Amino acid sequence: MFDLLGTNLFSRLLLGTAQYPSPAILADAVKASGTSAVTVSLRREMAGGRAGEQFWSLIRSLGVKILPNTAGCHSVKEAVTTAKMAREVFGTNWIKLEVIGNHDTLQPDVFGLVEAARILCEDDFDVFPYTTDDLVVAERLLEVGCKVLMPWCAPIGSALGPVNIMALRSMRGHFPGVPLIVDAGLGRPSHAATVMELGFDAVLLNTAIARAADPVGMARAFGKAVDAGREAFSSGMLEPRNVAVPSTPTIGRAVFL
Amino acid sequence: MKLMVNGEAHEVAATTLAELLTALDYEGDWLATAVNSDLVHKANRAEFQLSDGDRIEILSPMQGG
Repeated sequence: MFDLLGTNLFSRLLLGTAQYPSPAILADAVKASGTSAVTVSLRREMAGGRAGEQFWSLIRSLGVKILPNTAGCHSVKEAVTTAKMAREVFGTNWIKLEVIGNHDTLQPDVFGLVEAARILCEDDFDVFPYTTDDLVVAERLLEVGCKVLMPWCAPIGSALGPVNIMALRSMRGHFPGVPLIVDAGLGRPSHAATVMELGFDAVLLNTAIARAADPVGMARAFGKAVDAGREAFSSGMLEPRNVAVPSTPTIGRAVFL
Repeated sequence: MKLMVNGEAHEVAATTLAELLTALDYEGDWLATAVNSDLVHKANRAEFQLSDGDRIEILSPMQGG
């Protein structure tokens, strides 16, 4: 059980709901991953349309915690208004806050992010900020009221995996009591295991599962990797050494002359 | 009155946000509305008076990462 801002989650894997081949595969992937929290979004509805209703009905049937996002927002105003609209529709104070600053890398506008986080925290939101691995930005986000941080490990959808292990390790070391969730850039289950071994509290991913040849199988694989990484972190891993150390006892070995 | 609704121009007789939603066949608890970039709560749509040139966003749940 994983306590995230007072909510007990059965898994340390949070899952995005976009890009799946079909709603049925999305539902199966959610179940196979073992996740108990998924991200959702808001988009324009067509006049007379029912697309939103159908999707929302599917998500509610899964019985998972909802983490709405502000994906696609490029300004503080857009992000704040989208967050407020999401709270009305989804009935949760949780918001994954994205304020995008660059079209090519989709990296966050960290200045706008801090300002939007301040406004939303003052309005009683539980803000999950999609941020970089910059320690100073992280400190500012905590100062304005964020209680969890979600650094990227690589650009969204890139599948590169953790490109700056040192920065992630540093972040974990600087904020020992803050829930840290790696959000964006994971491509393989081994990537998820790696960041969990570093002591991150959870991972949030979407594309690596949704765009896999078999999303359900990949969801299951990521679920296992996240569990394995966490258990490894909790179990105390051996530090690397530069010399060989025999694993089989040398005492009592036969001597053949 | 001329309005922009989800990025498209509309000429409507509706004077409130609730009337606009009905006129354009929007209904359902899953919709969120904003006028000129500010949220308008569901409970306030009936008395929210629209003005010529207003920009209305009508959003609903969608897949997201």
